Amino acid sequence: MKLGAGDSGFGARGWALGACLSTVVLTVTLPAAAPRAQLAPQRVVSLVPSATEMLFAMGAGPRVAAVSSYDHYPPEVERLPRVGALVDPDVERILSLRPDLVIAYASQTDLRAQLGRAGIPVYSYRHGALADITAGMRDLGTRLGLETQARAAAAEIDSSLSDIRARLAGRRRPGAMLVIGREPQSLRAINVSGGYGFLHDLLDLAGGRNVFGDVSRESMMVATETVLARAPEVIIELHYSDPPSSDAIARERKTWSLLPGVPAVKNGRVYLLYGGELVVPGPRVVLTAQTFARALHPDVFGVR
Amino acid sequence: MTDVRRRLAMSMLVFGSLAFVAVIGAPLLGTTPIRLARVFDRTIPFADNVDAQIFFIARLPRALAGALVGATLAAAGVVFQALLRNPLATPFTLGVSAGAALGAMLAITMRLHLSLWGVSAVTAASFVGSLGAVGIVYAMARARHRGFSTNILLLAGVTLNSFFSALILFVQYLADSAEALRTMRWLMGDLDVAGYGPLLAALPLCAIAFVAFAWLPRALNLLSLDTDAAASRGVDVLRVQRVAFFSASMATGAAVSLGGPIGFIGIIVPHLVRLMVGADHRIVLPASALFGAAFLVAADVVARTAMAPVELPVGIITALIGGPFFLWLLVRQR
Repeated sequence: MKLGAGDSGFGARGWALGACLSTVVLTVTLPAAAPRAQLAPQRVVSLVPSATEMLFAMGAGPRVAAVSSYDHYPPEVERLPRVGALVDPDVERILSLRPDLVIAYASQTDLRAQLGRAGIPVYSYRHGALADITAGMRDLGTRLGLETQARAAAAEIDSSLSDIRARLAGRRRPGAMLVIGREPQSLRAINVSGGYGFLHDLLDLAGGRNVFGDVSRESMMVATETVLARAPEVIIELHYSDPPSSDAIARERKTWSLLPGVPAVKNGRVYLLYGGELVVPGPRVVLTAQTFARALHPDVFGVR
Repeated sequence: MTDVRRRLAMSMLVFGSLAFVAVIGAPLLGTTPIRLARVFDRTIPFADNVDAQIFFIARLPRALAGALVGATLAAAGVVFQALLRNPLATPFTLGVSAGAALGAMLAITMRLHLSLWGVSAVTAASFVGSLGAVGIVYAMARARHRGFSTNILLLAGVTLNSFFSALILFVQYLADSAEALRTMRWLMGDLDVAGYGPLLAALPLCAIAFVAFAWLPRALNLLSLDTDAAASRGVDVLRVQRVAFFSASMATGAAVSLGGPIGFIGIIVPHLVRLMVGADHRIVLPASALFGAAFLVAADVVARTAMAPVELPVGIITALIGGPFFLWLLVRQR
């Protein structure tokens, strides 16, 4: 049994090797379902991009052995092996990397069963609201034996977020619509954030009143009629890609001129945001919150 | 003859008023209360008149799109059922919609962010996809016959459908989650066209097809019984088949690229109308077009009001109403 800790060049510790070897022996002799190690995991496979970002934020980056096909941040992950994602985890590849912890979505029950048979512990990750991000980060830190570092990183996120909230205390909250998808170059299939989920929470924190906050759904399709009726004063549109040319952005923004009666359109307050961080409920929510706050309250956060 | 004329006039009157009421009534219905006096008040600038915008931008194009798509799919259904001499044929049987869907999926996942006259890349690509499917099926049907084998047409269409479905799944599987969601949404059908551009693009194609449909009914009557008998009665069978195939396919392609592959209209409306007016295509064809328009416009009103402010895909409504109803029809007929 060659343990990967030495291979990847991060602290080849003899005791860890010995301990792991003995647990391997244990797993062979005991029923297969017995969890392998209560030691801090050293080779972590993350199938969840936000968890990957959390690991790096708490200083566990060097322990990440592989990531999902959707991971793009931090840049270090580009060098790591990819082992599929939510619907297509590559179990063979994961097993061949000999991880001592796999972070998977809670819904990946088949994967958990398969890894369980191989004696590989799985940390089930669940997306939730904004508050769950730092809570999840502290929990993950405990699991990795990095409680202090995780707490510190989480506290930094919490304090940045409450700083934004504090600066907006007492200000009027403009009605805002958060568009998370639509057909390019037309106003068809408009998908917006309802009143649940981290994006709604971020909008709320950044001093916006979600005009669809009354619908307790994470996302929903709305008709153009509903957009006209709800009359958002600000429209924030998320694009999970790198920004295209400024011409293309201008053209995309102009699509909204089809609905001149919407206050956001009338007053030129349609903001198109680009970036992969917008979709990841990880440590970079601080950036997203700041961007939302600049769009909603340019007078407080400086004109964008 | 005069009897047919009288029945035609009668059914045009009934189904025509139904379609008229639907198209006029639908823009008046919705979850947002609007005042008609304000909608038509010219003294308020349009940019400030939200009532007028809801009426003219959000609701009227939707009702018109519903009418166009409903009429086209229902009429195309009648033509395909007669051409293939199969009561279970639909406008989607020959792979037109699967081709359109594949085109749309590719445009979505390849992130083609272009538009021309208010027609987005997705709409254009889905039309091109439907033409591709029509071309392949036609080439197959012609390949080994001097004539036009409807059996091969049917088999090629069904095969193409499943082949394209596999490609669609493949493209969807490779897409990221946001794109996969958009492709799924597209497949459920959507008439919220937001403006008149897409409508105007589809209209000429549908109009040409309807001109062809007007020429077809008498020949379809003979053809749906027996091709040899039709030939002996002086019908240019090959020509009629070709016109029927291309006009109905093109119309279907245009309708699907406008509203997505909205199911059940093309099969239940023709059967329903036949139950009411008999099997004569001179009456069934126009009556189905009018009833299809009324049916889809009404289904779309349900789609946008039932769960408001959440928008329901209209394809789900037509299938939910159409499925059980059609089953009931099948059981009752036997």
